[in-house]
Amino acid sequence: MAEEKQKIKMAVYWGAACGGCCVSVLDVHEALFDVIAAADLVFWPIALDTKYQDVEDMPDGFIDLTLYNGAVRNSENEHIAKLLRQKSKILVAYGSCSHMGGIPGLANFSTKEEIFDRVYHDTESTVNTDRILPQTEFEVEEGILSLPEFYNDVRTLADVVDVDYFMPGCPPQTARLVEVFTAIVTGAELPPPGSVIGAGNKAQCDECSRKKTENKGVKKFNRPWEVVDDGETCFLEQGILCMGPATRTGCDFRCIQGNAPCKGCYGPTPDSTDPGAKMMSAIASVIDEKEPEAIDKVLDDLVDPAGYFYRYSLPSSYIRRKMS
Amino acid sequence: MKKITIDPITRLEGHGKIEIFLNDEGDVKNVYFQVPELRGFEKFCEGRPVEEVPYIVTKICGVCPGCHHMASGKAVDAVFGVKPPPTARKLRELFYMAHFVHSHIAHFYALGAPDFVVGPDAPKAERNILGVIGKVGVDIGKEVIKQRRIAQEIQALLAGHQTQCMMNIPGGVRKGLKEEERDDIVKKAEGFIEFSKFSLKIFEDVVLSNEAYVDIILNGPYSLKLHSMGLVDENNKVNFYDGKIRVVDTKGDEMHKYAPADYRDYVAEHVEPWSYLKFPYLKQIGWKGFIDGQDSSVYHATPLSRLNAADGMATPLAQKEYDRMYGVLGGKPVHNTLAMHWARLVELLYSAEHCLELVQDAEITGNELRTPIDKVVGEGVDTVEAQRGTLTHHYWTDDKGVVTKVNIIVGTTNNNAAINMSIKKAAQGLIKKGTEVSDGILNMIEMAFRAYDPCFSCATHSLPGDMPMIVEIKDADGKLLQRIQRD
Repeated sequence: MAEEKQKIKMAVYWGAACGGCCVSVLDVHEALFDVIAAADLVFWPIALDTKYQDVEDMPDGFIDLTLYNGAVRNSENEHIAKLLRQKSKILVAYGSCSHMGGIPGLANFSTKEEIFDRVYHDTESTVNTDRILPQTEFEVEEGILSLPEFYNDVRTLADVVDVDYFMPGCPPQTARLVEVFTAIVTGAELPPPGSVIGAGNKAQCDECSRKKTENKGVKKFNRPWEVVDDGETCFLEQGILCMGPATRTGCDFRCIQGNAPCKGCYGPTPDSTDPGAKMMSAIASVIDEKEPEAIDKVLDDLVDPAGYFYRYSLPSSYIRRKMS
Repeated sequence: MKKITIDPITRLEGHGKIEIFLNDEGDVKNVYFQVPELRGFEKFCEGRPVEEVPYIVTKICGVCPGCHHMASGKAVDAVFGVKPPPTARKLRELFYMAHFVHSHIAHFYALGAPDFVVGPDAPKAERNILGVIGKVGVDIGKEVIKQRRIAQEIQALLAGHQTQCMMNIPGGVRKGLKEEERDDIVKKAEGFIEFSKFSLKIFEDVVLSNEAYVDIILNGPYSLKLHSMGLVDENNKVNFYDGKIRVVDTKGDEMHKYAPADYRDYVAEHVEPWSYLKFPYLKQIGWKGFIDGQDSSVYHATPLSRLNAADGMATPLAQKEYDRMYGVLGGKPVHNTLAMHWARLVELLYSAEHCLELVQDAEITGNELRTPIDKVVGEGVDTVEAQRGTLTHHYWTDDKGVVTKVNIIVGTTNNNAAINMSIKKAAQGLIKKGTEVSDGILNMIEMAFRAYDPCFSCATHSLPGDMPMIVEIKDADGKLLQRIQRD
């Protein structure tokens, strides 16, 4: 067929990531053969043996589509992000970490020094009487060994390069990837650069299957182990924190399907840029109190609201990091 | 002195780099396997409510999120001083067996098999999963993908999503299993058993019937005399979800057997300035450096070490295969790194059999999913076997259950020193004075780390297509002497 001659060149790369985004690509399962028929994978460290030097040797714009997953945690992540920007026609921030900082972005509640102290000195199983820390350059008997520089801040992909599209999710739902991939390989019209793709424009709550009673009867927000979820009523109305009001659709409600509240991995809705602000007003609206002081009391009793509301988005939020 | 750099090493989970130093005669002087990344979960879990940690730590590894979810879920139970009711515990184990089936299938077929089914020195373009399918047939290739898909679907059913695992809640699980879902999983588990037997048959036909391959396994530069670690049940049989940690020495004699909570008496972690990843070792021997043998403190935690450390398998078909493996390889313990592939298939069969046992258990569809919580104990530690090693999570909290400290020893981390040494031994055996460093030699060096599996050579991710690789040999000043490219 004619289309077979027009295979796109595709790359998948990870910065500070867990590999889950790469698994979400593999979870196309039997459709993998269709992907291979439509795209030549030219760089994918988890699967292929292409080296950095090979990428540097590619002409600029050589790659049609790059899915960059993972946050920018160290100098290697940043260097390869810039390299891939140069070599790619379309660069997608794929998954929560490159989109918003993701779970590794929680490290912005700490400094580099605090992290190193904990990991290499203070952890209970570590024996490091010489107080050795990993070095960016270290001379061994045989020569010099180098490591990337660990930055103080976790950054998003858009903090270091221009990003064409943002594809949310931790990881992105594989069905969304197939839709986006199909649109790109068939030459469908794409939204303007800078858009979120592979996600809905509504809030989770707008399409959630859990029952809403409009009963604003919450006197206290409970820890999940303090209450028994009835399995069908809105989590917030049961006094259990849920990121549904502040989170885009697109995940097919997979956490709700697992009887768990939304954790916010698909990122803020189009009408709200800050999940924390959105959540505070959503929570206030279900509290069974009239007086501002009483409402404040319920809010004050929330445990770790920042860690919950910015679970996946701290580096991209207004807060960005804890001030040191 | 020449230096050979492989950066990044590929087909692994995460980032890695190999530096090979040659002396003036052209022999391998030393090898360093460096891990260039750190994310710092131990620090940024502080301040979080402890019940949230099982969802955060799944992001340590998106290839084996279920392992972190389970180790964490169990440690959180301990923080609250509870154990899940029988139904919840069995559902967790059922999820976990499916997790092992997905991972072990993927590793054997996508990573291990190309080196054996296609051949270690086969044309490079064929030495991948497509080459495997070429040898064994498209129908079998589709069956591999199908069985892995089914394993992922079982996890998604129980946990909401196979990667974003939401299954565990303090004291139990969020979701039960319906009767009709059980009937469906029974059929799927039976399919896993058949597929596991078939996979062992392939190993028999392709590897064990080929004298050259058996020779590589037994006599190639792939053996290290290391102590072996693994989780065992009350009968000293291999267990992935729960039990005691048993360590046998290089001769197969029991050195240690301890409860997960006592891990700090037996394991400690060493720091080197040239890697972000620490090097665990047996604490009572003390860090002796990168040496193998009975006096070394380096151990491994792999499918092979688990079989070495146990007295057998808890299911009948897997036990037969266990006996057969040790019979062929000359008795316990086995120190041939490439036998990890065989051990992985024995474990695959055990996972499939145990999956069927669990889903046929009368309690699996019970309604009691959570043990109520009435106190915060404030400290919890527990262990599971991840596909790629013994995994321990340890949490401390304040009296409200908010995390104050976290310590984690991850599966692959256990093997950091062993992987360094295996790569070095392979390189020393394969690169000698005057050796032209060919593609086949590079692949055989890679086979040394690939045997250890996913977190450094990630199972699920080898795809059809070119697998080019470049190695540059430089002199001490960085001047390029030789560039080998396979593409």
